[in-house]
Amino acid sequence: MEKLLEILTDLHSDVDFETEENLIDDGILDSMDIISLITEISEEYDVTITAKDIIPANFNSAKALYALIERLSDED
Amino acid sequence: MLFTSYEFLGFCAVLLLLYYIIPKKAQWPLLLIASYAFYFIAGPQFLPFIAATTLTVYLTARVMQSIADKQSAYLKAHKEELSKEEKKIFKDKQKRKKLFWFVLCLLLNLGILATVKYANFFITNINSALTSFGSKNVLSFVNVIIPLGISFYTFQSIGYLIDVYRGTVKAEKNVFKYALFVSFFPQLVQGPIGRYGDMSETLYTPHKFDSKQVGFGLERVLWGYFKKVVIADRLFVAVSTMIGDPSTYNGAYSIVIMLFYTIQLYADFTGGIDITIGLAESMGIRLSENFDRPYFSKSLKEYWRRWHISMCSWFRDYLFYPVSVSKPMQGITKFSKKVFGDKVGKRIPLYLSSAIVWFSTGIWHGASWNFIVWGMANFAVLMISEEFEPLYKKFNDKFKFTKSFPYTLFRILRTFALVCALNLFDCYVSIATTGKIFFSAFGASNYHVLFDGSLLKLGLTSLDYIIILCGVLLMLTVSLLKGRGSVREQIFRLPYPVRFMIYYGLFLIIILMGAYGIGYDASQFIYNQF
Repeated sequence: MEKLLEILTDLHSDVDFETEENLIDDGILDSMDIISLITEISEEYDVTITAKDIIPANFNSAKALYALIERLSDED
Repeated sequence: MLFTSYEFLGFCAVLLLLYYIIPKKAQWPLLLIASYAFYFIAGPQFLPFIAATTLTVYLTARVMQSIADKQSAYLKAHKEELSKEEKKIFKDKQKRKKLFWFVLCLLLNLGILATVKYANFFITNINSALTSFGSKNVLSFVNVIIPLGISFYTFQSIGYLIDVYRGTVKAEKNVFKYALFVSFFPQLVQGPIGRYGDMSETLYTPHKFDSKQVGFGLERVLWGYFKKVVIADRLFVAVSTMIGDPSTYNGAYSIVIMLFYTIQLYADFTGGIDITIGLAESMGIRLSENFDRPYFSKSLKEYWRRWHISMCSWFRDYLFYPVSVSKPMQGITKFSKKVFGDKVGKRIPLYLSSAIVWFSTGIWHGASWNFIVWGMANFAVLMISEEFEPLYKKFNDKFKFTKSFPYTLFRILRTFALVCALNLFDCYVSIATTGKIFFSAFGASNYHVLFDGSLLKLGLTSLDYIIILCGVLLMLTVSLLKGRGSVREQIFRLPYPVRFMIYYGLFLIIILMGAYGIGYDASQFIYNQF
């Protein structure tokens, strides 16, 4: 989780990712951010995030994103 | 049958009456009949096209759903016996089966779209290439009709196909229900491009007559007609006069063209969508919003989040994301990072995906180079802004005035000016003419035409300009009021006599000040042609 927070903070240093729960709904992360994020996550955690997984529910908070990573790791 | 015709008004009035009289179970079948009647009146020759798309997508979705259901049942039944590896092999096999049908249907429907919309564009370009190489043989053009709304219903259908393929929605079992999703007449000609998951929630359910809901829907329809016939169709007269004669109307006129066309486009497109959404709302059907006060955007990036939302989100979800996370693009990412380093390398695939999206967005708007260049110009501005983003951020953090209202207003006006300039690509088919007209605005010698009455020779009188100005101010006021929540709710809370005056006043304005008659063309909506 710490590594994920680090990746997110690199993207937007002014956002408190530990508490923010509407990253997509509030427009904090845009489509470019999401793709950058996926590239970093794929490398760091060795998981494959597909277009099907790119829905607000998976990207609205760091917690949700981490849950997605764990789920994908289990599937792999 | 144009939205602005008496036939359409009569059609909707009869439909609305029947809709609430007949048994509730028969409401959606009635809408299907009405939608096909609407399409038949528009042109019986279009029917085979929409029927083909409907049937092929429906059947493919059903096949994919059946594969997915069988897969789940098999995995459930053999949960204990299968190893993780065996499960993976089985899933991959089923996925390949689904992919086969998906690609087949996708190619078929994109093929239909490409043939009717783009065949002559390709032939024109091939012929240009042939003649430039000295060949005397050229290909002859194909005589095809472009079915009404094909870009919209094809994209809506492909969106559904992808959703079923991904398993995010279940395939519709009833072919007639699915046919209604594709052909729902208010949105057929200019969107918004609906998502099955959202639309199916209200499209097929029985709806009781709710006077507030019907009233709100019709109020929005009225507002849409106001924007279309009072503002857009009036500006159309001046805009078409100027665009039709570039040798006369250049220099200072270029500024007028960009400004007038941008306001016309807004009034025309948002007006049309207001009619669509309002009409659906009066029948209890919820369609997705297509605009969020786009001309209040502070950057082009923000503008594209607030303008034609259904198309932009379609391209984002069904093209940008899949292309960006695809295996070939991951390969490009690795390669570019190796060659250009981590920081630059990881941005290259992002920009490549964006370029593909903007090229597609351009060509979606029309089969001609001006739209492709328009798309790529948007791409260029967005990518430059993206590169300068860290610099903007530093600037904004350092200077307090960047948080002030005047600076925000400056950013809004700057974005509006940029949108005005980009919209010029819509106006002329020839890119060279667009370039000439745009650059003629700088240092022109005819700025006097803005003040010496020349603008009164464009087919509009002083009264027309006053009406346009008042209309624009009204649109601006409504947009500002929207910041406080639903304007219709705000009006609803007013005393009844005041409300009545607003509704009746708007109705009278449309009747008395709508641009009808000789010299005007209560024409089709700009987005009908896309």
